[in-house]
Amino acid sequence: MRSNFATQPFTFGKLHPSRKRLDGLSRFFFNSSNIIAIAALAILLLTIINQAFTMVGTIDMVDRTTLIDSPINSLSKTELISLLEQNLTANRLKTLDRDTPLVERNQAQLTLLVESEVFKTSIVASFNLLDALLHYKSLETQIITSYPQARISMRSWIDWAFITNAMSKKPEEAGVRTAMLGSAFIILIAILFAFPLGVSTAIYLEEYEYKTSRLARIIQLNIDNLAGVPSILYGVLGLAIFVRALGPLTSGNLFGSEAANGRTVISAGLTMALLILPILITNSQEAIRAVPNSLRLASYGIGATQWQTIWHHVLPSALPSILTGAILAISRGLGETAPLIIVGAATYITKNPTGLFSNFTALPIQIYNWTTRPQAEFRNAAAAAILILLILLLSLNAAAILWRNHLHKNR
Amino acid sequence: MEKQWAIETQELDIFYGDFRAVKHVNLQIEPKRITSIIGPSGCGKSTVLRAFNRMNDFIPSAHATGEVLFQGKNLYDPEVDPVLVRQRIGMVFQKPNPFPKSIYDNVAWGAKINHYTGNLSDLVEDSLRRSALWDEVKDQLQKSALSLSGGQQQRLCIARALAVTPDIILMDEPCSALDPIATLKIEDLMRELSNSYTIIIVTHNMQQAGRASDFTAYFTMDADRAGMMVEYGETSQIFTRPRNKSTEDYISGRFG
Amino acid sequence: MDIYQPVNIKKKRRISESLIRVLITAAAMVSILTTLGLVYELGKESILFFSTPGVTLREFFFTTTWQPSIGQFGILPLVLSTLITSFFAMLVAIPLGLGAAIYLSEYATSRSRGIIKPILEILAGIPTVVYGYFALTFMTPLLRLIFGESNVQIYNMLSAGLVMGIMILPLVSSMSEDALHAVPGSLRDAAYGLGATRFETTTQVVFPAALSGIISSIILAISRAVGETMIVAIAAGSGPKFTFNPMAAAETMTGYIARISGGDLGYDTPDYNSIFAIGLLLFFITLIFNLISRNLSRKYREVYE
Repeated sequence: MRSNFATQPFTFGKLHPSRKRLDGLSRFFFNSSNIIAIAALAILLLTIINQAFTMVGTIDMVDRTTLIDSPINSLSKTELISLLEQNLTANRLKTLDRDTPLVERNQAQLTLLVESEVFKTSIVASFNLLDALLHYKSLETQIITSYPQARISMRSWIDWAFITNAMSKKPEEAGVRTAMLGSAFIILIAILFAFPLGVSTAIYLEEYEYKTSRLARIIQLNIDNLAGVPSILYGVLGLAIFVRALGPLTSGNLFGSEAANGRTVISAGLTMALLILPILITNSQEAIRAVPNSLRLASYGIGATQWQTIWHHVLPSALPSILTGAILAISRGLGETAPLIIVGAATYITKNPTGLFSNFTALPIQIYNWTTRPQAEFRNAAAAAILILLILLLSLNAAAILWRNHLHKNR
Repeated sequence: MEKQWAIETQELDIFYGDFRAVKHVNLQIEPKRITSIIGPSGCGKSTVLRAFNRMNDFIPSAHATGEVLFQGKNLYDPEVDPVLVRQRIGMVFQKPNPFPKSIYDNVAWGAKINHYTGNLSDLVEDSLRRSALWDEVKDQLQKSALSLSGGQQQRLCIARALAVTPDIILMDEPCSALDPIATLKIEDLMRELSNSYTIIIVTHNMQQAGRASDFTAYFTMDADRAGMMVEYGETSQIFTRPRNKSTEDYISGRFG
Repeated sequence: MDIYQPVNIKKKRRISESLIRVLITAAAMVSILTTLGLVYELGKESILFFSTPGVTLREFFFTTTWQPSIGQFGILPLVLSTLITSFFAMLVAIPLGLGAAIYLSEYATSRSRGIIKPILEILAGIPTVVYGYFALTFMTPLLRLIFGESNVQIYNMLSAGLVMGIMILPLVSSMSEDALHAVPGSLRDAAYGLGATRFETTTQVVFPAALSGIISSIILAISRAVGETMIVAIAAGSGPKFTFNPMAAAETMTGYIARISGGDLGYDTPDYNSIFAIGLLLFFITLIFNLISRNLSRKYREVYE
C-alpha cells in the first residue's frame, strides 16, 4: 500500500506540484470576486462624481461686465438683490417674491437668479469631470472656438442653490428642496405608524406568546414572508387600498381639503409604513430577545405584572437597539422608489408640501425623473441628487452602526 | 546505533501570542508503542499533541520555539510543508467527525487527494479491517457515515486516518464522547494498531492510561500557568513508583 | 399586636393588563391584514381583469403580444424580459457572490474581512434607483463601446441585468457565508488532519456540506431579481417586446407596472386591472421562491444544530 503513494519517503516541500499550484491559485481566484465587487463600487461612485462636477462654457445674453465690476461670487446678498430689483420688471419681481421672498433666499440661490434672470446666462457646452481633468486645455480651446464669448468655469452641481431650490424646467436651475421635504414628510408619517405597530408586534411575539401559540406562529411566518415581497407590490397595495378604497380619507376630502384624489402624502406615508414594518418588527424582536432573562425574573420575582415588567424593564433595556433598528428601517425607506411611483408621485411640483393631503414627491423619485429626461444636463442634476441621497443614507447607517457597536461594547 | 525515536521534541515552547502555554517540553516517543499524555485540564496536553502535526498553525496567534524532530528532521523548519506533515502524522479527534459522505468516500477521500495510484477499494477494505469496522459495514459502504453509532463513527475516523498510511497516529481524548463498551473496543484496537503504528494519546481518564498505554508522560501546570512535563517513563513505573510527588498526588487522585 | 396584614392572594382582576394585551394583539394582527389585503386586492382586480371581454387566461399566458389598445393581452413578452434580465443578474451575482463568500469564510484574515465586509454592505445599501442611473450612464455606454453601437440599443436588458447582478451580489455573499460558517470546524479539522490543502478542504468538504444553505441563498437572489423594478425601469426599456436578444430593449413585468401607474390611470380600465393581474403573478412567483428558499435553509440548519 505504501508504495502507491507519491509522497514517500518523507520529503520536505515537495507537495505534488498540481496540488500546490491549485492551492496557490485558489486564494487569488476567490479573492478576485471581492476585487471585482470593490471595483464596481468604486466605478459607481466615480461615475456619479464624474457627472456631478462639470466644466461648463456659459454665455451671457446680457454681458455681465456692463453691470458689475467684480466677479459675481464676491457680491453680497444686498448687492445681488439690488441688481435684481434694478433689472427685472415689477411683475417678475412680484412672482419671484410670492414663491419665496428675495430676502429669504440664500447667496447661492440669488447668484443663480441673477445669472438666469439678469444676465440670461445659458450653458453652451458641458463636460464631465474626468474629461475636464484630462483634457482641460483642449476642451477650453474647443469651447472658445465655437463660442468666443463663452466664460469657462467648473461647476459643482451640488451646492446650496441645488438644495434649496425647487424643481425647474431648466436643469441648471433645478433643485431638490421639494423632493427632500417630500421624503421627510413621507418617512415621518411612515415611522409614526410603523414604530408603535412594529414594537407592539415584537412585544406580542417575544413577551406575550413566546412564539408558541398557533396565532403567533402564523404571524411570525407572515412577517418573514412579507419581508420577501417585492417593494413594487407594496405600491400596488397602497394604490388599491389607500389611494382608491380609502380615497375620501386619504385625499382629505372628508375633512374638507381640495385634493383631487388620494395620491397624497399620507397615502405615500402609509404605504411606506407597511413596507418598513417587517424590518422594524424583526429588528425589535432581536432587541427584545437580547434583554437578559434575569432582568425579567427579577421583576416578576417582586410581584410585578407582565406589562409592568415589559414597560419598566424590558423596553427600556431594549430601547437603544430598537432605535438603531428604526434608523436602519428609515434609511431603507428613504431609498425606495417603486412603491411611490405606483401610489402616484407627482412628476413636477414646485410648491413645498403643505400638509397631509398635498401632492408628493421624494428624493429618489426626483432622481428617477431627471435620469430619464432626454436632456443631458438633467443627468448632472440627477448625479448631484444621488450624492445628496448617498451622503444622507451613509450618515444614517453609520450613526446606527456606530451606536450599535457602542451598545455592544458596553454590554 | 543510536535509537531512532518515532518523534521527539527538544525544548519545545508553545505560545499563544505572548502567553506561553507550554514550556520546556523534552519528550521522546518510542516507535510502535502507545504513549499516553495525562494531567489535569489546562496544562497544555492537547496543545503539545497538536504541535506534532502542525494543527496549531490554524490558530493565528500560535507559534512555537524549540524543535519537533520527525525522522531526524525538524517539523517546524520553514521549508517544511505542513500539508505533507499531516499526511504522515494522522489525527483522531475528541468528537467523531466523519464527513457527511458515504462510509466508502470517507475512507477513500484522504487517499484520493494524496494522489493514491493503487486500488482504492482494496485500500478502503484494508483500512476498515485494521480499524475493526469492516465486518460491521462491509455490506453498507454506500450508506452515510452519519448513520453509524458514536463508537462506529470513531472507528471510521481511525480507518480514515489509516488510509493515508501514516507513521504516527495522534489521538486527542478519542473516547471521551463514547460509552464504556465502545471505549473498550477502541482500546483493544489501539493495542492492535500499535504493532504497526506509533500511537500518542491524550487522555483525561487515568485508568485508561494505565490500562492501555506502554509509556506515560505526566504534565501539570506550573505557577506561571505554562504547562510542563513533570515525569515520563514506562506506564507501569509511573503508576506504581512515581518519582515525583506531583505525579504521585495526581495518580492517587489527590487532585486533578 | 398583629403587625402583619392578613394575606390576600386571590386572583386580582387587572383591567389595564387585559386592555393592553388586547391592544398589542391587535397591533400584531396588522401584519396579517397586510398579507390578506395584498392577496384580496390582487385577486379581486385580477378577476375583474380576466372577466373583461376579450381577455382570456389562455391568451394571457400563451400569446406574445401585449397591446391593450388593440385588445392583445399576452404576457409572455414581459415574462421573457424578466427572465432574461434575471438570468444575466444571476450570471454576475452567483459566481462573484460565492467567490466572495468562500474567500471571506475560508481564506480571509480578520483585517481583510474588516475591509471587504463593509464594502459589501455598502453595495447592499445603495438604493436601486442609483443602480438604475449607473446602468444607464455607465454600463450601457460601456456595452456599446465593446459590442458596437449598432448592436446595443440605448435601452437594453443586458445592461440592466448585469447591474442588477452587482446589486444582488452582497445578498448571495452574505447568506452563503453564513452557510459556510455553519459548517462545524471539526469537519475542517478532519480534512486538514488528513493532509489536505485549503483548496481541497474548501471545495471538497466545506462547500458540499454547505450546499443546501448556498442554494437557498441563490433562490432568494433569483426572487429578488424578479421583483426588482427601478433598474429595469430606467435601463431596460419601456414597451413590451418579445425578443431573445439581450442587447435589445424590452419591458419587464415590474417595469410595466411602474410605467402604467405613472401615467393617467382610470380606475377599472383594463390597463388598471392588468397591473393587478401581473402583480398577482409576480406575488406568486416570489412567494414560491421565498418558501423554497426558507425550507431549504431550515432543513440545512437542522442538520448542523
